[in-house]
Amino acid sequence: MTSPLEQKKIRIAGPSVVTANRTWDGIVVYRTAARAWSAELSEAAIVRNSEEAKALLAEAVADDVGAIGPYIAPVQIGADGRIVPGNLREQIRRTGVTIGQPAQV
Amino acid sequence: MYAYDEIDRTLVNERVSEFRDQVKRRLSGELTEDEFKILRLQNGVYLQLHAYMFRVAIPYGTLATNQLRALAHVARKYDRGYGHFTTRQNIQFNWIKLAELPDALEDLAKVGIHAMQTSGNNMRNVTSDQWAGVAPGEIEDPRIWSELIRQHTTLHPEFSFLPRKFKIAITASDHDRAAIKIHDIGLRLIRNEKGETGFEVLVGGGLGRTPFIAKTIKHFVHGRDILSYIEAILRVYNQYGRRDNIYKARIKILVHELGIEKFSREVEEEWQQIRNSSLQIDDEVIEDIRSRFTYPAYEKLPHMPDELRQAAADPDFEAWRKNSVAPHKVQGYSIVTISLKPTGGPPGDATAKQMDALADLADQYSFGEIRVGHEQNLALPHVAKRDLPALWKALDKLGLATPNVNLITDIIACPGLDYCSLANARSIPIAQELTRRFANHELANLIGRLHINISGCINACGHHHVGHIGILGVEKNGEEVYQITIGGRADENATLGTLIGPGVKFDEVADVVEDVVEAYLALRERPEELFMDTVKRLGVEPFKERVYATR
Ligand code: HEM
Ligand code: SF4
Repeated sequence: MTSPLEQKKIRIAGPSVVTANRTWDGIVVYRTAARAWSAELSEAAIVRNSEEAKALLAEAVADDVGAIGPYIAPVQIGADGRIVPGNLREQIRRTGVTIGQPAQV
Repeated sequence: MYAYDEIDRTLVNERVSEFRDQVKRRLSGELTEDEFKILRLQNGVYLQLHAYMFRVAIPYGTLATNQLRALAHVARKYDRGYGHFTTRQNIQFNWIKLAELPDALEDLAKVGIHAMQTSGNNMRNVTSDQWAGVAPGEIEDPRIWSELIRQHTTLHPEFSFLPRKFKIAITASDHDRAAIKIHDIGLRLIRNEKGETGFEVLVGGGLGRTPFIAKTIKHFVHGRDILSYIEAILRVYNQYGRRDNIYKARIKILVHELGIEKFSREVEEEWQQIRNSSLQIDDEVIEDIRSRFTYPAYEKLPHMPDELRQAAADPDFEAWRKNSVAPHKVQGYSIVTISLKPTGGPPGDATAKQMDALADLADQYSFGEIRVGHEQNLALPHVAKRDLPALWKALDKLGLATPNVNLITDIIACPGLDYCSLANARSIPIAQELTRRFANHELANLIGRLHINISGCINACGHHHVGHIGILGVEKNGEEVYQITIGGRADENATLGTLIGPGVKFDEVADVVEDVVEAYLALRERPEELFMDTVKRLGVEPFKERVYATR
């Protein structure tokens, strides 16, 4: 995984969010505009240029108790304003494995 | 089975309470993730795409039924009801909550299971043949030596801060089921002309970004000298190993750069200085370990019991028996491999229900013992032949009697992009599709022994380099692309596969494999010529032609 520090150099190509895994249980979370973490991508703060991305990331990194390994991830925004993950990795993180899991037993 | 002593138990318990405290401090913010990371890795906890992943060691692949039940319990209570058996005699849980991990560790510690040596730059758990102690013709149970090395290296300072992680595997049979040639150190237990037990020592194997097959560094090291010899290797490695570059820090790179001759000279020099030290192993020490491995009280049973003769009329039973049942060193007994590769299923996954049921079956039919192999399958090591028909029926009900061991659908696959944060592409869905394509048992049998290995990135956890057909997922312009190699193998004749051409897309992989297989069926000289032999005879060209002619 790319470390946040390396990512600071990266310019973002389009709308992006900051995502991480929640510390206590590991689930996928997104940084919100309210300086909190949410499991809902729809609540993620959207950044559109590198300055904004950097600022959101820095603020997210500072909340180390809340979530770990934050990084900038691309998203797409549909005509209806819905936020969808910008690549397969993020899609899998959001919607889960693509393979079906054994029945819960 | 192996009886742990008090020291081990105390150590494991101390680790649990230490980790409980560390987790508490992490959750309160007293420890940062940076500080905590090394601590969690020491306890087998990784961060994956969806959650924390928890890796538990199954030393030399031997499990007692209460241990398997404890794993089932962890899967059920702390995870989503299943676990994933890996190629390193580990089991991984994919959805563990950090806050609950200390409880899970504690539950496992009660049955002597821990997660030490599953991660970090240390000596990883020493792996061995899953048929250890029961394979006909083996020199000696290799786990005795695995255990000796484990005791010596666990938490030994010299082994805890290596330039990189370090893996040892041991085999004691002619047929290498432990893949020793792709380990940092591979040990083959042998006997010299004088009848003394010792090891052929191989060094510098490994896959990943720069794959190497291990080379023999010494043809015979006496058993009593094995610790000093390993220590000498590690000292040379520690002295030269590149800590500055994690890609170059593995011993395989050092051996490659120094050359095996220079490397072995340096080891020899080092060894001469320490071989007569306290590292020399007393016979009593070995005897003590030997005495802790207990074997069942086997009965005197006929070679061909009536039950087996009668069941032979059932073609389904026969298909399974021929595929999954292997000879045992004791007459009247068999080793039964349990395929964790059902059609359409993720390779290596077992549900809590299956684990519990299997524990019951092992109690009933295998003297309470289960084995875990590096092919992501399990085994029951001591099944009386007369019980085979009943066992088969029970396994079949659990979905654990797919007769595909060593066939094309017995696929080794890493978790890939469905779970792994390092992945470039998915592995499991490729495996699932291939198991559907080749689900027909007659077809798979006609093809014969053929191993497919799939990795979702260059770290090669799925051992793609040594697959007869190897599939490596990479990313190209945001898309999953797969590179196909053929002709690799992981056994005593280990070789790296050869790339057959440009990468192919996700949807095309199964078609390409079908083409390769069709080409093989058309090209083989006779049905007994195995895929890898055809590739060896003809090279990759005819396969390449077949695959790319229409693409
Ligand atoms: C899903 C979480 C996993 C992560 C994050 C992970 C990570 C890694 C990494 C980074 C390496 C490369 C180390 C190096 O450069 O030497 C590696 C190697 C390896 N992994 Fe994994 N792995 C995972 C799962 C697995 C699984 C499920 C298996 C077994 C099926 C496995 C078996 C191996 C093996 C055998 C190697 C050594 C290859 C070699 O000899 O270099 N890993 N893993
Ligand atoms: S090979 Fe790569 S993708 Fe597969 S488990 Fe290993 S690190 Fe993850």
